[in-house]
Amino acid sequence: MTARRLIRFGSLGYLALILVAPVGLIFWRAFEHGWHPFWVAISNPDAVHALKLTLEVTLVAVPLNTVFGVLCGLAIVRHRMPGMGLVNALVDLPMALSPVVVGLSLYLLYGRQGWFGPWLTDHGVRVLFAYPGILLATTFVSLPFVVREVVPVLREIGTEQEEAAATLGARAFTTFRRITLPAIRWAVAYGVVLTTARSLGEFGAVAIVSGGIAGRTQTLTQYVQASYDNYSQTSAYAAAVLLAGLAILTLLLMTKLRPREEVHGNRGA
Amino acid sequence: MAIEARNVTKRFGDFVALDDVSIEVESGSLTALLGPSGSGKSTLLRVIAGLERADAGDVFISGKEATALAPQKRGVGFVFQHYAPFKHMTVWENVAFGLSSRKRPKAEIAKRVDELLELVQLKGLGKRYPSQLSGGQRQRMALARALAPEPEVLLLDEPFGALDARVRVELREWLLRLHDEMHVTTIFVTHDQEEALELADSIVVMNKGRVEQIAPPRQLYDEPANEFVMSFVGPVNKLGDAWVRPHDIELRHEPNGSTREAQIERVVRLGFETRVDLVRDDGERLHVQLTRDEADQLELDAGDIVYLRTRHERTFTA
Repeated sequence: MTARRLIRFGSLGYLALILVAPVGLIFWRAFEHGWHPFWVAISNPDAVHALKLTLEVTLVAVPLNTVFGVLCGLAIVRHRMPGMGLVNALVDLPMALSPVVVGLSLYLLYGRQGWFGPWLTDHGVRVLFAYPGILLATTFVSLPFVVREVVPVLREIGTEQEEAAATLGARAFTTFRRITLPAIRWAVAYGVVLTTARSLGEFGAVAIVSGGIAGRTQTLTQYVQASYDNYSQTSAYAAAVLLAGLAILTLLLMTKLRPREEVHGNRGA
Repeated sequence: MAIEARNVTKRFGDFVALDDVSIEVESGSLTALLGPSGSGKSTLLRVIAGLERADAGDVFISGKEATALAPQKRGVGFVFQHYAPFKHMTVWENVAFGLSSRKRPKAEIAKRVDELLELVQLKGLGKRYPSQLSGGQRQRMALARALAPEPEVLLLDEPFGALDARVRVELREWLLRLHDEMHVTTIFVTHDQEEALELADSIVVMNKGRVEQIAPPRQLYDEPANEFVMSFVGPVNKLGDAWVRPHDIELRHEPNGSTREAQIERVVRLGFETRVDLVRDDGERLHVQLTRDEADQLELDAGDIVYLRTRHERTFTA
């Protein structure tokens, strides 16, 4: 009993100290003087713009990484080709690499002295300090999640159902749409949620490539930092609450998906 | 010929799964591919279905060259060992899949699926999910699903392997009746010689990636081509270099000219049949099958010394 109690209190205490206290404190500070200051802070045009930019980036990065993630998962699991081991390892790179390094590498590629920079500038395309750069950085760091969720599930379901579909006359795409995709749908959904959370919260890589110009290239995370640096703490807390709120929303979505996934798993057993 | 495989070879790395295999399957027949695990029988079935590409050799289905044809275009129905049910679809949707993916008219699909569910005795279970079915029901669903697009050939991979003994016997009889009604050319894979002897018109015995013999059940049992077939199909005893079936041995209390002597270790009464376990001087063990009347007349008891006389003894030159 004592061991069990130790585990329970130990884990809960740890969570409270490391997770709940800091996040709770943010909420408390944001609403310290009621709703009004919070509302004023987040209806500031720069804050609204930052929120919009973050959502715009997320709404492109997530579908991109979802489609790529599913295709990449299929390639890794279903097609034994030379080089697939390398792809498998490369997919994890964004997890291992610090976002600052990612930002820096984009800078080196697309900067004025970079490999693609001059050519793109000549053709009127601006990557750094603009939307494309922010999108590239966000897509890079949120790339692994769908792949990592989809690969083990694809391995587990095996190829028999797909082979059965083939002998029943279904073409490859029909098999994918009617057999493979439904079988991996919860893994994809889970990956989408994680990708979304990561995209919303990205800071390091974007900080380097966006320039963080208020009202133009500033994302919500950068807005929080800028506000904090300018001693406008109410704005910082309010925007942080907004970010935390979005994150909690995606987490809730995820926990809503999970039990259904388990029910589905039992049904399949 | 409904199906023909000519000189098919298939390797997985260093392992030779099929080594120059040729078989012919008559139209409308029920053929068994019989062999121990690793003999290549499932691989041969998968090569015929187009799920594996042979390294060498040709496959013909209904007289047409099918070697390079995709599984979708072979007109083959395949039932997997574990049935490969589409877990997220109902029984009805599973059976309809082959027709709906060919974009057949809805009314036609509904009619055919209802017919098939009735045929496989799953009428009324169409709205269930595969996980809500018993093993036997799942198997019949897989069969209905394979039959839906009206294949020219039906291929079954260990169709009864995952079922318990009682259900297995029921399903065997049922499959036999179904085959008599449908007359679709059928090949099934099994490692169970009894299953092959009971169901098949023709049995292909495989071992280590090669065909050992192709023959009707009775001929296979009575005239095995070699030691492997003799020992794999039906029970067998070895007496020195000779092979004898347990029911081809007579027992006597007196020598009567027989020089083969053995001691009874055990007498097992199995209803109509009585099995006598014997041990010879050199430690060799034998099983003899007698009817109950024969055994009663002889008054056999454990410990008795008996003399053996054989009816059909067989030796093979290696």
